[in-house]
Amino acid sequence: MPENYLIEVNNLTKRFGAFTAVDSISFNVRQGEIFGFLGANGAGKTTAIKMLSGLLTPSSGDAKVIGFDVKTHAEKIKKNIGYMSQRFSLYEDLTVFENMRFYGGIYGLRSIEINTKAEEILNVLNLLNERNILVKSLPLGWKQKLAFSISILHNPPLVFLDEPTGGVDPITRREFWELIMEAANRGTTLFVTTHYMDEAEYCNRVSIMVDGKIEALGTPLELRQQMGVTNMEAVFLSLARKSSRSEL
Amino acid sequence: MFAIEAIGISKSYRFKKQEVKALHDINLQILQSELFGLIGPDGSGKTSLIRILNTLLLADSGTGSVDGLDIVKDFEAIRRRVGYMPGRFSLYTDLTVEENLQFFASVFNTTIKENYSLIKSIYQQIEPFKHRRAGQLSGGMKQKLALSCALIHRPSVLFLDEPTTGVDAVSRKEFWDMLKELQANEITILVSTPYMDEAAICDRVALIQDGSLFKVDKPTQIVDDFTPKLFGIRTKEMFRLIEDLKSWNSVHSCFAFGDSCHVIFKDLNNEVAACKTYLMAKQHQDIEIFQIKAGIEDCFMYLMKKSA
Amino acid sequence: MMKQFWIFVKKEWLHILRDRRTLLILFGMPIAQILIFGFALSNEVKNSKIAVLDHANDDVSRKLIERIEASKYFEITKILYNDSDIDPAFKQGAIRLALVLPASMSEDLHHQNDLRVQLISDASDPNVGTTLVNYMSSIINDYQNELIALNKLPFTIKPEVRMIYNPQLKAAYNFVPGVMAMVLLLICSLMTSIAIVREKEMGTMEVLLVSPLKPALVVISKTIPYLVLSFINICSILLLSYFVLNVPVKGNLFLLLAEGILFIITSLSLGMFVSSIAATQTAAMFGTLVGLFMPTLMFSGFMFPVDNMPIPLQWLSNVIPSKWFFNIVKAIMIKGLGFSAIWKETLILFGMTCMLFIISIRKFDKRLSL
Repeated sequence: MPENYLIEVNNLTKRFGAFTAVDSISFNVRQGEIFGFLGANGAGKTTAIKMLSGLLTPSSGDAKVIGFDVKTHAEKIKKNIGYMSQRFSLYEDLTVFENMRFYGGIYGLRSIEINTKAEEILNVLNLLNERNILVKSLPLGWKQKLAFSISILHNPPLVFLDEPTGGVDPITRREFWELIMEAANRGTTLFVTTHYMDEAEYCNRVSIMVDGKIEALGTPLELRQQMGVTNMEAVFLSLARKSSRSEL
Repeated sequence: MFAIEAIGISKSYRFKKQEVKALHDINLQILQSELFGLIGPDGSGKTSLIRILNTLLLADSGTGSVDGLDIVKDFEAIRRRVGYMPGRFSLYTDLTVEENLQFFASVFNTTIKENYSLIKSIYQQIEPFKHRRAGQLSGGMKQKLALSCALIHRPSVLFLDEPTTGVDAVSRKEFWDMLKELQANEITILVSTPYMDEAAICDRVALIQDGSLFKVDKPTQIVDDFTPKLFGIRTKEMFRLIEDLKSWNSVHSCFAFGDSCHVIFKDLNNEVAACKTYLMAKQHQDIEIFQIKAGIEDCFMYLMKKSA
Repeated sequence: MMKQFWIFVKKEWLHILRDRRTLLILFGMPIAQILIFGFALSNEVKNSKIAVLDHANDDVSRKLIERIEASKYFEITKILYNDSDIDPAFKQGAIRLALVLPASMSEDLHHQNDLRVQLISDASDPNVGTTLVNYMSSIINDYQNELIALNKLPFTIKPEVRMIYNPQLKAAYNFVPGVMAMVLLLICSLMTSIAIVREKEMGTMEVLLVSPLKPALVVISKTIPYLVLSFINICSILLLSYFVLNVPVKGNLFLLLAEGILFIITSLSLGMFVSSIAATQTAAMFGTLVGLFMPTLMFSGFMFPVDNMPIPLQWLSNVIPSKWFFNIVKAIMIKGLGFSAIWKETLILFGMTCMLFIISIRKFDKRLSL
């Protein structure tokens, strides 16, 4: 094995009745990479992520995530990845620290570990004075940064981030991405979806899904050069416009 | 007469015995047939302001008018002539596309036929699916239906609260194109969005953060008013570049921006050369430094940092 | 304005008709409740296990025991020989009723014209307890009448009834009025409050508020379909009780239906009231179940006789609208009384309805509270 792949996908397909949501996609994600997984609404992104995180069984094809087969070792995968989405992140009626203790406990961290990790995170996020306030009274951007930090509390080798920055203000959005880049720098692999095209530029490699298929895959620079345009938005628009599915 | 006017509007909520200021002394004048963008992140007060202007909420202080009508006294008259699309999808998911449209038409005492010309270009795109239940539509189509429903009574003022949040770039672009077309029908449109890049399409925008407006102007003017020199910097390693620039005390601000960093320097003579020397000392490779013109997002972040 | 109103009502019908599962519950629930209450109650009374303590052990007593054994209601599973055996027999749960015949039974019968028989009944389930005692009394009465006819003697056997575990028991057998009150309350209050709050949750209420529609019109038009549905349910309950349970309406049917409509409006107002407070469907459901349904169950007199409650609770029961409706239905249906007997209850119910209706329409804000 020349390269260390954390995700290996081969002809992965998911059908719902006559409808093929994910149509034979193949790609690999390297260790320590920020991989941008882009696509229009309804292109099949969510279905693909659900298969990769072991929540949905593929109809055909296979995929290995951190070395485990998604069909047979879904439990192992769930135990070893981090996951954060815009919708499900933290318990609003628990305090900042209670959330950390809860998630740390879920992944089997010992109290001492949780405490030291928590201190570390609060320090980095500048939340030391907020440790005992309810999460619901934090601004959205802070919540999202906190949610991300908690999702990597147990040092997972791979983290799925599903539209983590929707609606967040531009400065906090960039602070969020600095957290992501920092995690990647430490060797964590990140699998990210987003609707902000400038964020696609921060990824090492990007794939663009259209109608269940991966239409483009490469570094942002490669994709821009291929399409002969200057930014990722133009790349995305010219590919996604080919879709016949969005008006389904 | 202004289509929409706000004078000194303030609003606060009580949350856990604490006063939370949602809006602070908002002054705003929107012209007839203007496409006006209210631009700011989640929780900045966009929804509260829209709800106060469309008579859904009462302000703590300040006054306002829509179409020359007072937003408190004449709320019934205002409700007859405005269209509103709230932030979340707000149609009946168990009714079909056509039933939804028909229902909202009759709510406003009109018929689909009467104002079909106005919604034609939008509604035609979803008309093939008119017998499908609204809950089974794709995101972009739901949006088109909601817009059709908000327009069915030919409102003079249209309030759209974050119509493009969570929608992909293609549908977002289509949606803005539709708004641009609607302007030709002499409809004033107040639209809020967290996406800074959408500002450029508006005639004028207001930048809002933490309940205060920090700029109201034409997008081009806002960009022109941006005084500091802005530089784009690119090297091979993005993350290290950000870290190194942030820790350099000659840098006023540094934000990642697509494939480069947007940097404003503190009083620095011959910035480019100085920066190049600094980055080379930090062993960066393929260094590119170039002066650039600011975008709305640069302005927003600059103003946001200044007000903080 | 009227046109908008009917369009709204039509839309509401579409919501109800498209939700098949709820529709099934709406019509299935009253039927299921009537059948369950009806049959569960009568089944339990059949073949009830009893014990007999025959101190007399003579011809008269044995004939009575034979008679009891021949009835389909009782099965003698224990013969006792001592007064002290009665209590253990109950405690084992082996019997529901004990019959004690005195040693002097036939002597009393001949010389004193007066006989005391003791019935001891397990009244932990009061309805069953009373029913058993009533059946037993009627068997003994029959027997007595036979003896009178046979011997032409003015004998009377007086069963002396002693209820244990719930000594002051009052009969509450008439579940049809109770089911009616419960079903109407559930459908009208629960369904309307959920339907209104759903619009709040979905955000459509926001759009409707920013429209020329009067909020009161929105709310009232949502109640109309439930009024119709509930009326259909009253009819189906009455038909079921007549044909399946043989409980006819003794009084005036139209009076009963009119009172039914009054109570429907009461329940609808309650539902509107709940929805003006609740912000989520869960809160609305919880509010109606705990705030309306439980009090109906406890204080309407349907499950537990109000007369036995402590005085403060009796006062409390007076503010429960279903108590008044329950009394009205009982009076018309079971006792066959006319309007003159229930005008007071009707007036109280009417007053409550007006008050609730006005409060909930007023409470319904023309703006958002937040």
